[in-house]
Amino acid sequence: MGGDIEVIAMAEMVTAQGASQGAGQPEATKRDFLKLTTTAFAAVGVGAIVWPFIASMNPARDVLALASTELDLSPIAVGQSVTVMWRGKPVFVRHRTPEQIAAARAVPLSELKDPATDESRAPRPEWLVMIGVCTHLGCVPLGQKPTDPTGDFNGWFCPCHGSHYDTSGRIRRGPAPSNLEIPPYSFMSPTQIRIG
Amino acid sequence: MAIGLHDSPFKNPVIRWVDQRLPVFTMMQKEYGTFPTPRNFNYFWNFGALAMINLLIMIATGVFLSMHYTAHTAYAFDSVERIMRDVNYGWLIRYVHMNGASMFFIVVYIHIWRGLYYGSYKAPRELLWMLGVVIFLLMMATAFMGYVLPWGQMSFWGATVITNLFSAIPLVGHDIVIWLWGGFSVDNPTLNRFFSLHYLLPFVIVGVVFLHVAALHITGSNNPLGIEPKGPQDTLPFHPYYTIKDSVGMVAYFAVFAFLVFFMPNYLGHPDNYIPANPLSTPAHIVPEWYFLPFYAILRAVPDKLGGVVLMFGSIAILFVLPWLDTSKVRSMRFRPIARIFLLLWTINFFVLMWVGAKPAEGHYVLIAQIATVIYFAYFLVVLPALGRLEKPLPLPESIARAVLGPNATLGGGPVPGAVAAKPMDKA
Repeated sequence: MGGDIEVIAMAEMVTAQGASQGAGQPEATKRDFLKLTTTAFAAVGVGAIVWPFIASMNPARDVLALASTELDLSPIAVGQSVTVMWRGKPVFVRHRTPEQIAAARAVPLSELKDPATDESRAPRPEWLVMIGVCTHLGCVPLGQKPTDPTGDFNGWFCPCHGSHYDTSGRIRRGPAPSNLEIPPYSFMSPTQIRIG
Repeated sequence: MAIGLHDSPFKNPVIRWVDQRLPVFTMMQKEYGTFPTPRNFNYFWNFGALAMINLLIMIATGVFLSMHYTAHTAYAFDSVERIMRDVNYGWLIRYVHMNGASMFFIVVYIHIWRGLYYGSYKAPRELLWMLGVVIFLLMMATAFMGYVLPWGQMSFWGATVITNLFSAIPLVGHDIVIWLWGGFSVDNPTLNRFFSLHYLLPFVIVGVVFLHVAALHITGSNNPLGIEPKGPQDTLPFHPYYTIKDSVGMVAYFAVFAFLVFFMPNYLGHPDNYIPANPLSTPAHIVPEWYFLPFYAILRAVPDKLGGVVLMFGSIAILFVLPWLDTSKVRSMRFRPIARIFLLLWTINFFVLMWVGAKPAEGHYVLIAQIATVIYFAYFLVVLPALGRLEKPLPLPESIARAVLGPNATLGGGPVPGAVAAKPMDKA
């Protein structure tokens, strides 16, 4: 114990000397080195321990395994809409009528708040697939049922804060900043899609 | 300085501004910086700090586990398996929590044993010791209820057996058990309340630990010699001397902990708990977790239901009155040649109880358990009260500094004069 005290006392003296030696250039001491390496080592250790805790709050493997949804399109008649769940959110699938397609394609891009062609949003024009979550604050817009209000552009209308979407699901009026999002999906056959 | 502000010694303007209004920095400096601590601690004095760290680890891992756990009989087992298989690093967090319970008891048993050997329970530290026993009881309750949550076979039958202990209480026992269960057997209401209490009690433990530490900082720490520091030459500032010494212990502690978690995570558990709870079929051989075995052995050693329960609770309750059972004025067993031998025998006996608690309660195991139970209580009720009068203790050293630094160390002379020894304290 006595030895330890002397060593520390000496190290303190060395530090004091080092500090007084150069003007603005204090000499690095062995103690500085030890402090830095210890701190660095502890910081890495804390990071390594904290990471698993943070990661545990990310989606678990069983949640990720449910990240795709398949849908049979054959029972959906022209003009009909269905809503399916994908990742806990509604996905709107609409079998559009020729009039709806024509209305969506006739709009000049200059009139759009978030310009996107209908062709880019519906590669197979009769099928429109979008995430049914308003891009304003996350409500589900109305317009899937025949009795729902469809807004000023005959598409969808969000009742929370009054956003109007057209027959291509593009934002036309109201506070929402962007069009209804298109999820990743692919046609597995002409009457079968997989979302996600 | 404005009236009403604390006179802060700190120079950093932000720290100073806070410290003047809420002197937490002054408090930390006083209680963990310059706090005068006996200079002769050995590594047994690491275990209080280790227990504190262990408590924090249990709370941190527990909070994250509860984000994924479902407290319902139909989902509990599967939700734990989901944590093991699907949740990111869930296996790690659960194994740390599971083995953390074992580590906690290892650390606390050593901490208690340190108190027994060096007489830390004696005046003026009686209340400090009793608060420690309260923490130990709370830990046992928390650990027991935590073990029920995975809803495996051992969870269910452990809960059944332990709650049935209360049926031994005359007249009202049966009603108390129904009240504990919230039904007529261990079932969903029981699981729900155990989860609630398992989450609550650790924070109660934090509160009692605060009192435990507050009481410690009034009396100051005991030390391996069991004599009080007489002045600055007998003490060192807590920082850096014991922050560093505790850190060394922490490294060893984490090495053992990591070895358990990564190489033998289920060694201290029981495989039957990976079978979902089945109220229709009791496992052939029920044993509690290892840290309860000595007390379980005492329970089974008595052929009478009420008697067994009373002795089991009595084996811990007796610790509350230990400061008055031990009549010797000498704290440290270093200076008690006879008591020391008895304490070591008692310690071996504790392991015998632990071993026999895991054996079936039949044949000669019962006899061994009975003898060991008698020895357990005899130490407290016969040996310690008697030895206080009969034993002739060895001469105590004059002071800690004398004993540690040798006979040549005199105040103001010798290899480490008081002035040098006191210097780091002034600085820290």
